Amino acid sequence: MGKIIGWIDDRFPLMKMWNEHLAEYYAPKNFNFWYYFGSLALLVLVIQIVSGIFLAMHYKPDAELAFASVEYIMRDVPYGWLIRYIHSTGATAFFVVVYLHMLRGLMYGSYKKPRELIWLFGMFIYLCLMAEAFMGYLLPWGQMSYWGAQVIISLFGAIPVIGDDLTLWIRGDFVISDATLNRFYSLHIVALPLVLIFLVIAHILALHEVGSNNPDGVEIKKNKDANGIPLDGIPFHPYYTVKDIVGVAVFLFFFATVMFYFPDGGGYLLEHANFVASDPLKTPEHIVPVWYFTPFYAILRAVPDKLLGVGAMGAAIILLFFMPWIDRCKVKSIRYRSIIYKINLGVFIVSFVVLGWLAMQHVTTTITLLSQLFSILYFGFFIVLYITSKNEQTKPVPDRVTE
Amino acid sequence: MSTDVVDKDKRRFLTAATSVVGAVGAGFVCVPFIASWMPSERAKNAGAPVEADISKLEEGRMMIVEWQSKPVWIVRRSQQMLDSLPKLNDNLRDPNSDISDQQPEYAQNEFRSRKPEILVLIGICTHLGCSPTYRPDIAPADLGDDWLGGFFCPCHSSKFDMAGRVYSGVPAPTNLPVPPHYYLTENTILVGEEGEAA
Repeated sequence: MGKIIGWIDDRFPLMKMWNEHLAEYYAPKNFNFWYYFGSLALLVLVIQIVSGIFLAMHYKPDAELAFASVEYIMRDVPYGWLIRYIHSTGATAFFVVVYLHMLRGLMYGSYKKPRELIWLFGMFIYLCLMAEAFMGYLLPWGQMSYWGAQVIISLFGAIPVIGDDLTLWIRGDFVISDATLNRFYSLHIVALPLVLIFLVIAHILALHEVGSNNPDGVEIKKNKDANGIPLDGIPFHPYYTVKDIVGVAVFLFFFATVMFYFPDGGGYLLEHANFVASDPLKTPEHIVPVWYFTPFYAILRAVPDKLLGVGAMGAAIILLFFMPWIDRCKVKSIRYRSIIYKINLGVFIVSFVVLGWLAMQHVTTTITLLSQLFSILYFGFFIVLYITSKNEQTKPVPDRVTE
Repeated sequence: MSTDVVDKDKRRFLTAATSVVGAVGAGFVCVPFIASWMPSERAKNAGAPVEADISKLEEGRMMIVEWQSKPVWIVRRSQQMLDSLPKLNDNLRDPNSDISDQQPEYAQNEFRSRKPEILVLIGICTHLGCSPTYRPDIAPADLGDDWLGGFFCPCHSSKFDMAGRVYSGVPAPTNLPVPPHYYLTENTILVGEEGEAA
């Protein structure tokens, strides 16, 4: 065994990479529950790629055949139903895991210097994931696929001057059609997964360059022993690989529960209207995006102006990119930050969840008013943070990690 | 070939110049790929005009025909509906159809139609492209007491009146477009062509 590895090592940096990224990558010893979601996101990516490859073997990206080919997968392909439900449950699981991973970043200030690029790569992953999910949702070619895509592509039409030509270019036709379906398929199964994998590698390389943050927001590299190993660090492998396996087991328990017992999630994961083949002449009565887009959709709906609505929706996402510069507080972890920050972050989380719920309701005057209120609270988070973080009253940060 | 002095400025200039030319070339290579996303010739030719027979269309009812894969609505409006139109002028964004892209010249009038009672519209909301619902009922519970009939978009609650004119204070920016059309006979409309005398 040693001889084989030696032979490889002379030709390829196998052990070097193994050590750099696992056996001698020292992570803080105080990781808690919130640190499961990074490795889980990687697991879901693998699940999606594998199940997606097998779905692509049976699916037909043709407006005439697409809807029927999905039914064919569900009814006739051996275990086709299972592979499709793995993929559709995986889409939801991806966003659950990524949202929790991002929340972890917000709580412990993991986007702050020197980790700005990790955060930016992560935000691009999130953006890419949204594009991936949106394009994947068109493929079943049901009513919600069709009209959801119609609405989202029309968003680009709000851009002054070039808007109309841009939407025409994206669709490749005057309406959503076979051309749109075909190109979305190509992007969904080839282009975006490649970009996603590249970004994930960049995200991890950047992380391993500067080292992981932790719940105390203390830089463990400041305290090293005689061998240059951080005193508060433990090797990622075997300590965190084993810990993460526990997370994987628990995660798969929830994953399997949804996949086998609630694959359509009561209409929230696979919407009922999508079991009807697409009809370009009739919009479904109640059109909502899948749950992971709803908070932004509520912001769009709250603004009674086309351009401003689309602009607000875009800003809600783009502002997150700038977190490392909006938050000017030097203290990273929420444990040592002021009560103002804790309340502010709490309000942000609540408004994100409430907006998500509001977008799923039928529009009434009350729903619109509430959407406007919570949209203001959402954006208020960034404004309050920028103003209060400069001279925030923080608690003393310990020199070493606690626990 | 062998000179002792390396002219670094010259070398840098040549490297930069080569790179710039290469980048321009790469830019040109992008053109066919980007252009391939535009509608194909087949897609451009698909929008043939369609004929609609309105002889069986009853007063107050709407029929839908498909033109360029878009829903085209034809409504035979009652006198009451026509009378309601001027009452709404204050609540509308463009009551006089001043935005000329939204209708051909012959429909730029009070009723936005060739014949006052027959309304022809493209049934795609000018906000984000949903197809609004025909709601001729007056003052229904969900749309309020001042609703005089019209079209309601379920996606983002834009409202249009019985001439496809947009209400103010809703997300849709403009009136519903009137497609080019003309009457072949008393009861047949050709949607998609202007006809001889516009």
